[in-house]
This record gives sequence, C-alpha cells and structure tokens, in this order.
Amino acid sequence: MPASKPAAALLAPFTTIGRAIIAMFAAVGRVAMFAGRALGRAVTPPYYPARFFEQLAYIGWFSLPVVGLTAIFTGAALAQQIYTAGSRFSAQSTVPAVVVIGMVRELGPVLVGLMVAGRVSSAMAAEIGTMRVTEQLDALTTLRTDSYRYLIAPRLIAAMVALPLMVLAANAIGIFGGWLLAVQKLHFNSAGYLAVTRKYMSFDDFQMAMVKAGVFGFFIALMGCYHGYRTSGGAAGVGNATRNAVVSAFVLILASNFLITAMVFG
Amino acid sequence: MAAQPKILLTDVTKEFAGNVVLDGLNLAIEPGESMAIIGQSGSGKSVTLKCILGLLRPDSGSIRIDGAEVVGLRGGAQDRMRAKFGMLFQGSALFDSLPVWRNVTFGLTQGRRVDGTRMRAIAEENLERVGLDKRVLNLRPSELSGGMQKRVALARAIAPRPEIIFFDEPTTGLDPIRADVINDLIVSLVDDLGVTALTITHDMASARKIAHRVAMLYQGKIVWIGPRDRLYDSGNPYVDQFVQGRAEGPIT
Repeated sequence: MPASKPAAALLAPFTTIGRAIIAMFAAVGRVAMFAGRALGRAVTPPYYPARFFEQLAYIGWFSLPVVGLTAIFTGAALAQQIYTAGSRFSAQSTVPAVVVIGMVRELGPVLVGLMVAGRVSSAMAAEIGTMRVTEQLDALTTLRTDSYRYLIAPRLIAAMVALPLMVLAANAIGIFGGWLLAVQKLHFNSAGYLAVTRKYMSFDDFQMAMVKAGVFGFFIALMGCYHGYRTSGGAAGVGNATRNAVVSAFVLILASNFLITAMVFG
Repeated sequence: MAAQPKILLTDVTKEFAGNVVLDGLNLAIEPGESMAIIGQSGSGKSVTLKCILGLLRPDSGSIRIDGAEVVGLRGGAQDRMRAKFGMLFQGSALFDSLPVWRNVTFGLTQGRRVDGTRMRAIAEENLERVGLDKRVLNLRPSELSGGMQKRVALARAIAPRPEIIFFDEPTTGLDPIRADVINDLIVSLVDDLGVTALTITHDMASARKIAHRVAMLYQGKIVWIGPRDRLYDSGNPYVDQFVQGRAEGPIT
C-alpha cells in the first residue's frame, strides 16, 4: 500500500539518503570490478610492453618538469615558513629537519599525486572517452583486441611504476629547494644544513612515501581510465568524464594519504 | 536442401530502459549475399549489427552464424566468431594515435608491434585495393580527408580477409561523388573477396548499388524485404514513404 502524503513527505529525506548510499555502493562496486578486470588482464598474456613504455614516458618523463617546478618552490616556501615561524621560539635550526620530513612524508607524495592527477587523469579520461564516443572502443572489440588489456592495464601498471620514481625525484628537488633558500637567503651554513638533513632522512619515511606514490599512481590511472571508459553522450560526455576523473582522483589521493599516514603513525 | 543462411536472426528482441528497439526481428542472409537494411534513425539498425557482433546482448531470440548460436558466447569462442567479421564504422573509428599502416593491420596484430616490414607490405596491398597509395602509410588519421579515412577504414575491415563485412552508413558525410566511389569500392570488394555483406544505410542510391536485397526495419521489425530493383515499386506503404522521403504516411 502506498504511504499517505504526510508519511511520504516525512520519509522523503530518508529515501534520498538511502538512494545516495545505494548509488555510492553501486559506484564502488563498478570501480572495483573495473579495477579487478584490468589487473587480471595485466598479469596474463598477451602483454603490450610497447604500450606500457609509451605510458611510462608519458606519465613519468613528460610530467617531470611540472613536478620539478612544484617541488622546488614548495621546498623553498616550506623552508621560509619554518624559519619565520621558528624564529618566534628561537627554533630556526629546525628548518632542515622539518623540510626533509615534510617533503618526504607528505608534500612530495601528495603534491606529485595531485599534479600528475591533474595532468594525466584528465588526459586519460579525455582520450579513452573520445575513443568511446567515436566507436574506437567498439572497433577494438571487432578487431578482437581486449580493450582492458590494450588500453587500461598498461596505463595502470605504468602509473604505479612512474609515481614512486617521480616522488623520489620530487623529494630530492624539494629538499634542494629548501637548502637553496636556507643557504642563499637565510644564510645557513651549507655543510651544517646538509648534515641535519641526512640525520633526519629516514628509510622508513622513504618506504612510506613509495607506498603512497604507488597507491596514488593506481588511483590516478584508475579514475582516468574508468571515467573515460564509461563515457557517453558525445563531447559533453567527454567533458564530464574528464572533470569526474580529476575530482575523484584528487579525493582518493587525499583520502588514501590520510589512511596510510594514520595506519603508520596512528 | 536449401543452403544454410550465413546469418540467421530469429525473434531477436532488445530494449533499453523500457524502450523496445528490436521487437522480434527475423532476418536471414545467404552466403555471398549483400543485404542492405534501411530505416529511420533510431529504428534499431545499428543495434542489430551490434547484437550480431556480440557488442550488445539481445534480451531474447537467437542469432546464428553458419548455423552456430552466437548469443551468449564468451572468451575464445566469441573471439573465433568475431574473426569471421570485418566492420566499417560510420565515423571510420580509426585509431588516432596510430599511423595508417598500423590501423590497417590492427586486426592481424591485435595492436602488437610485430613483424613491421611484413605488416607494412600488407597495409600497402590493402590500401591499393581501396585506391590509396603508399604515401599515406605513415600519415595519422587526422591528416586524411573524410573520404580517405573511409577508404583506410575499409582497408582495415578487409585486411584480415573476413567472411562477413558490415558497413555502417558507409556514405554518411561524403559528397555524392565520393559516396559513389565508396559504393563502387564496396561492390568490387564484396564481389572480389566473395564475402557476405550487411549494410545499414539511409542512402537509397547506396542501398540500390551495394545490395542484392534490401530490408526495411520499422519499430524493431522487418516490414519489407525484397530485391533491390523492387525498392521503388515495393507496394509497401512504409517503404514507399521512406524511399520517397514523404512526411505523410504510416511512418510517424
């Protein structure tokens, strides 16, 4: 029996919330199935090594300039902030320690993740989405080529390999940026600064940064590919897919960063 | 005993969110025959092709290729079935990121970078069949005109020497002269290669030139089927209205 009008009005907020929760679980399920299918194809032949190396170059090598610039400015700004804040408590000497810890544990992985997500997730979603609306994905299928194997798996694996390497580079460049500012502007002793940096550089922190980078790489490629693959509705659909890919990659990077940090230090 | 149809669709139905697109479709195409399906936009022509190719799964009914049921095929069996097909897509659907010669040989390599010298030779031979020379081998699809893209897509469709070729609106977007060139190419390829062909089109000139028989699809059913010479005197009110392009008639 249908609910009476007042009862229906009373239930409306719960209905809306319930629908949203069901839709969220359905979306998580679809993404999980998509990821599982792609990873399954990644570990079984036939493989596409040329596609993997193309993606590795695109995601890694060609993102290096933007990542390098971000890291050097962030390292330098961090050094300046710590120096200014530390001077209130006569704690200026903490600059090298905070720069190395801040870059390696948080800023390096997160900034690289966000920069690469902006550059790569959007491009993947746009490329695969355009392939969807121009029937190129159907053409792949009729030419007996598994689109997960040919398009998705190489991108996922390449992003998971490229991100840790880029985070390593970003950490080094960020620490260099902090050192440059400290020595040139704040008149730190170079040898002393480097000695403190080495002292606070921990293998465990690097290990955590690499884990974060691998996870971020996976999410960046997954969101780009997933939203591109599910594109519908022509040019507007490609635009929506691109936006959704970037936004969801950002959210997943920040959420997983928190979870990994909480698990390690919690 | 009559020869087994190459493609046989029996009572095929397909709906999308309550919208019935195919409503008990029945169609038989003989080996070596060229069939054209005409009908309004949204009448289910492309859905029919996609159901046969396994890109969409019908809600009910049977689709047989060489007598073997293909609805529900998966994995290797579906792959072997698809090896029988070539497809010319409406917008050509060439892979933007690959040069012309890799596009043409994609069906032979499944995108793997193998045997480059031999593949280039195969691409050259197939491009020659569609009236293009080797100067286009290294060009990207975006560097070609619409007509040339159609020819490259045609070369890609025939390169693996399929038994059946589907043509989805092969002349859409082309001027009448280029459209006729593509029609001639299709006729000669179908004759030379001895393939079974299924074309969906709005272009009556194309249907009359390419096909041995023409079928009219309306509201998910075949409402008329007959030889191409009868297209303009079919005696069927739906076909008459469609081929004459009249707004008045049973098609609303």
